[in-house]
Amino acid sequence: MNDLSEAFAAAFRMLLERDPELVEIVSLSLAVSGTATLLAGGLGLPLGAWLGVARFPGRRGVVTTLNALLGLPAVVVGLGVFLVLSRSGPLGALGLLFTPAAMVIAQTVLLLPLVAALTRQAAEDLWDEYGEELRALGASRLRAVPTLLFEGRFALLTVLLAGLGRALAEVGAVILVGGNIAHVTRVMTTAIALETSRGELALALGLGILLLALSLTLNAAAELARGWAQRAAG
Amino acid sequence: MPPAELSAASALPLVFESVRLEADGKTLLAELSCRIESGGTSVLLGPNGAGKSLWLGLAAGLREPSSGRLRWLGPGAAAGPRCAIVRQRPVLLRRSVRANLAYALALRGVPRAAARARVERVLAAARLAELAERPARSLSVGEQQRVALARAWVLAPEVLFLDEPAASLDPGAAAALESLVGTLASEGTKLVVATHDLAQARRLASDVLFLHRGRLLEHTPAAEFFREPRSVEARKFLAGEILA
Repeated sequence: MNDLSEAFAAAFRMLLERDPELVEIVSLSLAVSGTATLLAGGLGLPLGAWLGVARFPGRRGVVTTLNALLGLPAVVVGLGVFLVLSRSGPLGALGLLFTPAAMVIAQTVLLLPLVAALTRQAAEDLWDEYGEELRALGASRLRAVPTLLFEGRFALLTVLLAGLGRALAEVGAVILVGGNIAHVTRVMTTAIALETSRGELALALGLGILLLALSLTLNAAAELARGWAQRAAG
Repeated sequence: MPPAELSAASALPLVFESVRLEADGKTLLAELSCRIESGGTSVLLGPNGAGKSLWLGLAAGLREPSSGRLRWLGPGAAAGPRCAIVRQRPVLLRRSVRANLAYALALRGVPRAAARARVERVLAAARLAELAERPARSLSVGEQQRVALARAWVLAPEVLFLDEPAASLDPGAAAALESLVGTLASEGTKLVVATHDLAQARRLASDVLFLHRGRLLEHTPAAEFFREPRSVEARKFLAGEILA
């Protein structure tokens, strides 16, 4: 019990003093997961919206597969990307394994099905509402994709934040392809895993508290922004 | 005064040739033949469920007939008819009134500078200038219908299909909408208006297509229709009876 309270005290001290190691780890976490979210959004939003409005043979199968990939375990993604990037893998020559770039790739792969599947659902609902009107105005289904993305911008912001939340919280993918190397690829979740297993509870707790606070702040900000923007846009 | 970039040869008349529309084994429109000429306002009149909206959907190219065909016979038909439709409950985009109008022109590939000038002209003519910056979806139902009408107008259509304009509006908003419709008609836009509102039909129509249960019972010049309709059902409808 004493250990625990001491750990909490140390954790808060680190937070208040902006411990350089802590700052470095948090910054890398935000950079890696933020980049991955942007990449997954850039690919997954148009892809999902297109899948929501397009009609082609085999579409049901694609949608079902995509929905199944929602539950893709991070550690399996990590393993897959590890194999591709490892020295003997197809992209081994790039030498990306155990770099932040590899972590961004792994998290992008992890988030892409999530973003695409949630966007697909949102776009399909929007198409029900707007489809006939857009067709009457002369928009093809393909041309409707950017329109629907814009019309659904508030819902889709939530999708991106869900993605960012998942990326920040996952440990399986980044630890496999990043390797949790101090000052290079150590992020919040891998640091927590390591420090806890070493019995260094202070840093682990500090990071854990930060991770929680971060996720709360992100969601609160998103909710506020959403409410405000929705009122402004009717 | 349609702007040069949007004007072209006329695609009218529009001809329905034995058009049938079926869904789930039910006949929605039966063996419908008619001819819509340029000029004036044609009114599709009939009780709810007569098939007026389906007729408009076919005419505007939003639906395909199950059999029969629609043909535009005018010299402009080759380039595609320039028609627009305003539905009973128009769906506006989550952006400003002005951006809603600009979007319709952007879809047609109108260059931005020309589009901007055209949007401003229509906003002023439709008395929507004060609402131009407002988010379209925050407007009242009547205002939204006027925006939808302006959005169709900005395309300078040769033919404008209107589905039950003012059906759910209070008298003031309905009058505002109808005066806007009148402006369009006086500019030479061919209007085809579906309505079950007899008073509105009297105000707008130059010819009447009377529909009942998916059948076109008559297509008669308005003066004649309101004086002496040819079909029994139309006589009953004009007398205010409820058609079964």
